[in-house]
Amino acid sequence: MTHVSIKNLTKVYPGSTVPSLDNLSLEIASGSLTALLGPSGCGKTTTMKMIAGLLDQTSGDVTFDNISILSEKPENRGVVMVFQNHLLFPYMNVQDNIGFGLKMRNIDKDEIYNRVIEMLELVKLPNMENRMPKELSGGQQQRVALARALIVQPKVLLLDEPLSNLDAHLRFEMRDLIRNLQQSMGITTIFVTHDQEEAVVLADQVALILDGKLKQYDKPDIFYKKPIDVVTAQFFGGQNFINGVSKNDYFTSSIGKFSLPKKCLQGNSILTFRPENVQIGIGSKNINTIKAKIVEKIFLGTQTRLKLSINNEIIQVIANPNEVDDTETGIEIDINVPPSSLWVVPNID
Amino acid sequence: MIEKPTLLSKSFRFITIAMLITWLILPLIPLAIWSFAKGWFFPLILPKYWSLSAWNYALSDTAGVLESLWLTIFISATATILSIIIGVPAGRALGMYKFKGKEYVELLILAPTIVPGIAVVLGIHSVFLSIGLTNTIPGVILVHLIPTLPYMVLVMAGIFSNFDPDFEAQARSLGASPFKTFYYITLPSILPGIIVGGLFAFLVSWSQYILTLMIGGGRVLTLPLLLFSFATSGRNDITGAIGMIYILPGIIILILTARHLSGRSAVGGFGRI
Repeated sequence: MTHVSIKNLTKVYPGSTVPSLDNLSLEIASGSLTALLGPSGCGKTTTMKMIAGLLDQTSGDVTFDNISILSEKPENRGVVMVFQNHLLFPYMNVQDNIGFGLKMRNIDKDEIYNRVIEMLELVKLPNMENRMPKELSGGQQQRVALARALIVQPKVLLLDEPLSNLDAHLRFEMRDLIRNLQQSMGITTIFVTHDQEEAVVLADQVALILDGKLKQYDKPDIFYKKPIDVVTAQFFGGQNFINGVSKNDYFTSSIGKFSLPKKCLQGNSILTFRPENVQIGIGSKNINTIKAKIVEKIFLGTQTRLKLSINNEIIQVIANPNEVDDTETGIEIDINVPPSSLWVVPNID
Repeated sequence: MIEKPTLLSKSFRFITIAMLITWLILPLIPLAIWSFAKGWFFPLILPKYWSLSAWNYALSDTAGVLESLWLTIFISATATILSIIIGVPAGRALGMYKFKGKEYVELLILAPTIVPGIAVVLGIHSVFLSIGLTNTIPGVILVHLIPTLPYMVLVMAGIFSNFDPDFEAQARSLGASPFKTFYYITLPSILPGIIVGGLFAFLVSWSQYILTLMIGGGRVLTLPLLLFSFATSGRNDITGAIGMIYILPGIIILILTARHLSGRSAVGGFGRI
């Protein structure tokens, strides 16, 4: 179990004036699974490579249990990185690939073999030890790459986009596999991804990094309930942003007055709520109920997407298809947003 | 999609093979016949008498052919090993990294294949003279690097441009030292290139005449020099025998490495030439 601290880590590539990673500080709890989330080029892979020792930092520090590791060579850090494209050594079979790390530690051949077989059971690839990498499917390659990393029992495991190359049904299988192994072995794990869904399904904690800067570091659900600003909310699929004024737990705007949860931001600000948290047809007696006109209605199978217009403001709603069966474009409906679904973010302008 | 061979492409292939045979194999046949001939004059199609005397002479101690053969093998092998030692890191730099003036460096490395050796060797001769490298075997080996290195470097540059350095990063991350990373990961990936480049280097060094003559001053007597002196003295039978010995390594190496030559990765290097 290893507690990882990243302190003011900064990377400026030669020939560039803008830092690729700007003053990143994160405390990563021992044994936890943390996602570095951001669009490609935001500095998340740079961060991983610096932790792994494959790239030199410009400034800052990384400590494992309060001991700086930056002076250690990559092979001595106790960190294993699993690359996005798996990078199985093409001319070695599965057994030699998985056993590579142990061989480098001069471990006895028989013991390597036994531990490889054990590892193959864990990643659910029994009797595959003599296959060559090119004979494996993408998902199998990924599991071999994971087994190859876990067999050396690293202090810290780094995963680059662990679910991105997988089909939808394999993603959940892989997610469970990663979580189970990571939990049972107690390895502090950091992974990077550009996909907020991947971050949410896998991670205990998510660090959103945009343009090399840390935006928000929280549990996954907080990014949906209490995003720090408009950009963060948008990254997680937020679409409704209403300008107005927040005062004494009420938000006043052109589309009406809303009752807010306690301790919201005060003053000129932006109200946000998620499309899926809007309730339809509850009746006008509840608080935070307003009338809205349907501008567009799109049936998407398991859900129906509505575009509503209130006083020239457009809001997006995702509804249960049954709830909106008897509505159509052009009519006016009652919508309700409970105070607990509302959140106020700063107005930057 | 693989297209079916059309009549045109079939006949094209036939012509190519026919031309290869005409230019590469046919000229060797008279040479082979000469080495066993005794009295072969126009307009006879085959020699009047057959004899092993040319071979007897070529393989005897007095002719110095065997001595020359070992010397040539030593010089070419050493030049090849040096080419590999220099060519692998140089090819890596050219194939994997971007740096200022890279195209000029590439041109400079290619230059010996364009500029005639004799133009260069005159200048080198005066330099080697002043540091005592003329008329010596090390001097000849060094000057052979001029034509061998371009092939080695360019083949390795092609290999490295297809090599993903993340494989090395992955090995380091799994606990391999830089040396073990090179031995277990990099070397197996680039080995086909080293073999092909080394083969080129060996054969290029093997066939050097002018450079060996100028720097060796006639004292470092490699097979081409010996061959030339017999050829100009009109002893066609002995020239034929030495000629046969001379082409032997090329054929042996070619057969041994044909397997690697056909590999895609090995051919990768030629896309750049």
